Amino acid sequence: MEELDGEPTVTLIPGVNSKKHQMCFDWGPGEMLVCETSFNKKEKSEVVPSCPFIYIIRKDVDVYSQVLRKLFNESHGIFVGLQRIEEELTGKSRKSQLVRVSKNYRSVIRACMEEMHQVAIAAKDPASGRQFSSQVSILSAMELIWNLCEILFIEVAPAGPLLLHLLDWVRLHVCEVDSLSADVLGSENPSKHESFWNLVTILVLQGRLDEARQMLSKEADTSPTSAGMCRIMGELMRTMPILSPGNTQTLTELELKWQHWHEECERYLQDCTFASNPHLESLCKIMLGDEAALLEQKELLSNWYHFLVTRLLYSNPTVKPIDLQYYAQSSLDLFLGGESSPEPLDNILMAAFEFDIHQVIKECSIALSNWWFVAHLTDLLDHCKLLQSHNLYFGSNMRECLLLEYASGLFAHPSLWQLGVDYFDYCPELGRVSLELHIERIPLNTEQKALKVLRICEQRQMTEQVRSICKILAMKAVRNNRLGSALSWSIRAKDAAFATLVSDRFLRDYCERGCFSDLDLIDNLGPAMMLSDRLTFLGKYREFHRVYGEKRFADAASLLLSLMTSQIAPRSFWMTLLTDALPLLEQKQVIFSAEQTYELMQCLEDLTSGRPVHGGPDTQQCQDDDIETTKVEMLRLALARNLARAIVREGSLEGF
Amino acid sequence: MEEIYAKFVSQKISKTRWRPLPPGSLQTAETFATGSWDNEENYVSLWSIGDFENLDSDGGFEGDHQLLCDIRHHGDIMDLQFFDQERIVTASSTGCVTVFLHHPNNQTLSVNQQWTTAHYHTGPSSPSYSSAPCTGIVCNNPEIVTVGEDGRINLFRADHKEAVRTIDNADSSTLHAVTFLRTPEILTVNSIGQLKIWDFRQQGNEPSQILSLTGDRVPLHCVDRHPNQQHVVATGGQDGMLSIWDVRQGTMPVSLLKAHEAEMWEVHFHPSNPDHLFTCSEDGSLWHWDASTDVPEKSLLFHQGGRTSTFLSHSISNQANVHQSVISSWLSTDPAKDRIEITSLLPSRTLSVNSLDVLGPCLVCGTDAEAIYVTRHLFS
Repeated sequence: MEELDGEPTVTLIPGVNSKKHQMCFDWGPGEMLVCETSFNKKEKSEVVPSCPFIYIIRKDVDVYSQVLRKLFNESHGIFVGLQRIEEELTGKSRKSQLVRVSKNYRSVIRACMEEMHQVAIAAKDPASGRQFSSQVSILSAMELIWNLCEILFIEVAPAGPLLLHLLDWVRLHVCEVDSLSADVLGSENPSKHESFWNLVTILVLQGRLDEARQMLSKEADTSPTSAGMCRIMGELMRTMPILSPGNTQTLTELELKWQHWHEECERYLQDCTFASNPHLESLCKIMLGDEAALLEQKELLSNWYHFLVTRLLYSNPTVKPIDLQYYAQSSLDLFLGGESSPEPLDNILMAAFEFDIHQVIKECSIALSNWWFVAHLTDLLDHCKLLQSHNLYFGSNMRECLLLEYASGLFAHPSLWQLGVDYFDYCPELGRVSLELHIERIPLNTEQKALKVLRICEQRQMTEQVRSICKILAMKAVRNNRLGSALSWSIRAKDAAFATLVSDRFLRDYCERGCFSDLDLIDNLGPAMMLSDRLTFLGKYREFHRVYGEKRFADAASLLLSLMTSQIAPRSFWMTLLTDALPLLEQKQVIFSAEQTYELMQCLEDLTSGRPVHGGPDTQQCQDDDIETTKVEMLRLALARNLARAIVREGSLEGF
Repeated sequence: MEEIYAKFVSQKISKTRWRPLPPGSLQTAETFATGSWDNEENYVSLWSIGDFENLDSDGGFEGDHQLLCDIRHHGDIMDLQFFDQERIVTASSTGCVTVFLHHPNNQTLSVNQQWTTAHYHTGPSSPSYSSAPCTGIVCNNPEIVTVGEDGRINLFRADHKEAVRTIDNADSSTLHAVTFLRTPEILTVNSIGQLKIWDFRQQGNEPSQILSLTGDRVPLHCVDRHPNQQHVVATGGQDGMLSIWDVRQGTMPVSLLKAHEAEMWEVHFHPSNPDHLFTCSEDGSLWHWDASTDVPEKSLLFHQGGRTSTFLSHSISNQANVHQSVISSWLSTDPAKDRIEITSLLPSRTLSVNSLDVLGPCLVCGTDAEAIYVTRHLFS
């Protein structure tokens, strides 16, 4: 085991006093149950009525945020899309696809951040407002990290374009300048605005030299004394060589030009061209990459990675990816100046600059309160084939591990579980097992929900789960006395035992009431009738009634007989069947042939001889026996008479 | 379909319905209602699709729909229908049927009327009371008909406290949906693949007619009646099949069309352009079926999805004696002559599309991925 990465956080459970009582807990998927035990610490005899509550501690509270739900749902679509596009693409198009996916993820984070911002503004009480604001800053940090990872790991920008990407990155995340710019330009006399030079400086720090030049021209227009200096500065800004995407010049050419430009700047500084205007002089120093001058603008830079990028822009614009980490480390040290220690975000960014993906993910996992970020980022990086070399001491695959964690969190939520299914699907090793375990625990309050869960299971050939869900529903239906529904479910589950049970209930109801319920189902069983013998019997017996009702007596008679001779009918039901034969025996025309009558008699004898002789003085039993004996007598009589008529009829027919 | 707008709403949407337009109105649909399901708290919500002029400042753009008002609903919303312009009727998984009233002045919703124990397994008077989800509603002012998992059919009348008529044990299995055929006849579909026609003029709890799919008892989930030809009915099943029935003849569907890969949750004829039909499914797709005969050189085409749908139509009736002009394009059974053009409307496959509604050129649908999609240019 590795040592702990940080102190475990203490979660206080309100209403529980662990000093008084012992606690016990149990893990659930994504949450934990805590309750007091009935043991008393002090060995006193009197039992203090302990707290009757069970506490649920949710590990992944972010899942319950209304705003973040949109993030989960929208990114789910991107995730599934990413898994599907994956295979067919290779090389350049693959890379551009992956970058596009990464940008999609980021735009979802941004949208979510903006909405959270709106919510924070609209929040009624300051406490929740603060909470939303802190969520905004977390989301903003997520996007910042993701963007950097996109540049370094997915885009894999080479020297030259790398800095352009980093500049865009800084411009996107240090965006106060835009409102400041609008503020200054909106005033009557922009160059006299108190923040005018701050604005120009920021524009230079962010490498937005065209805009800075326009600002300077405003200054030149209003103060003729500095017009000349402004013109020179503007010229320097204009001539600064930069790599443009469409340009074919080589890096060496660029470096040469840049060197030349740099020397020119240096000359101006040494000539004291800008000496009379401290603002312009400072700008010139910044453009020379002077660290001290840059650090003077700490306030405007606002953070060390801005410092890093500005420093690179004006001292080493063609920095190689491999050298980034040295600059990053020294920039961090210079910027913090030993006054404060780096925060988690700084560590994460630093790890990214060091190209240590593993460390980035680890730090993010610790710092962020949900699994969404690491799971999706890791998955994307895995699709970039960046994670193979990492052998973890746990599990087989970091991607899968994080996805499982995230999906389990979704399953713990009462309604986000459907999203989790797809994540499990794309975990080749443990995804299926996890899904099987989770899906069985989803409460099924309506059939519609059950159908959705069933569909998920059926699509994945999870026969065991399909059976169990159908069984639950069948049991529920039986409990509610909905036999037709119960039978449908057991047919769907192909659960023969349960179908038998339900069929028995149907037969019992028939015996009690003398008529069938749920005929619409029983009459339309079709091939499903073969599921269990009892169900077959039920279907066939009902068919007998139907045929009888249609006055097709001969068909009815042979069907009735076959039910007994083929042993489909349960023994307990034979007496009912024989009684059903009575009216057929008493018809005017002969329906049972002699041979059939013999078979009927055989059945009757089988039934009566197998019966144990009761010797008890139980009166109820005696009464029952009396009825039974009368029935048997009547049957015997009817059978004998029918036999006689049949023999006569068959004999006379043969005589013709 | 380029102009389809999606909005994520942080709740799984089970039903979407346009508010009906006042008769004779020339406007297009503007307001729709949605119901959620499977959330800790479920809501009935009213939305408005913003008008073109009114772009709002915080990033709302043309076509985006804005929440007007919502109200908490006890239990999952299993079905939702507009009773009239102001009133919405909902079916709850708790067996309760509620009428909500919309107050346009202060944009609020309130409970107008409620039948709390409309559907149940064991009666409300018994100590072991257990409710049953109400699965479907159909309204025809002033009547409301509801069906449920308990196989019960209720006929309510607005402003009557008690049910006007109840058919207990109308079905041995779950009733999934109901629609009016011609008053006072209704049509229900159940979970063993049967279509039953009930006539409220008849007493007793027997349907006046049963139609069914052959043999395999595939559950039917939705039903819709042709707006002009009342004998033409479309149903959608668990296997994603679309069945077209002529309730006047035969007990089997006129045609079976292979459609979605999973449960078809809803089917709707276009109310004013009934040669067009819309279906949505658990497989996350939303389809537009075009059977209009005026399109020349049609073929059974399927756009965007790359999958051809096969026509499993089988002729069961001798239609020669029926006058050609009255046959709906849905009933003609010659697959070679009459082809249906199918278009997939959603840009990408998502989680289940639970509900859809069409009105004029507007379509709205809601998904389990917690998104509502709206388009205002169906036939462009």
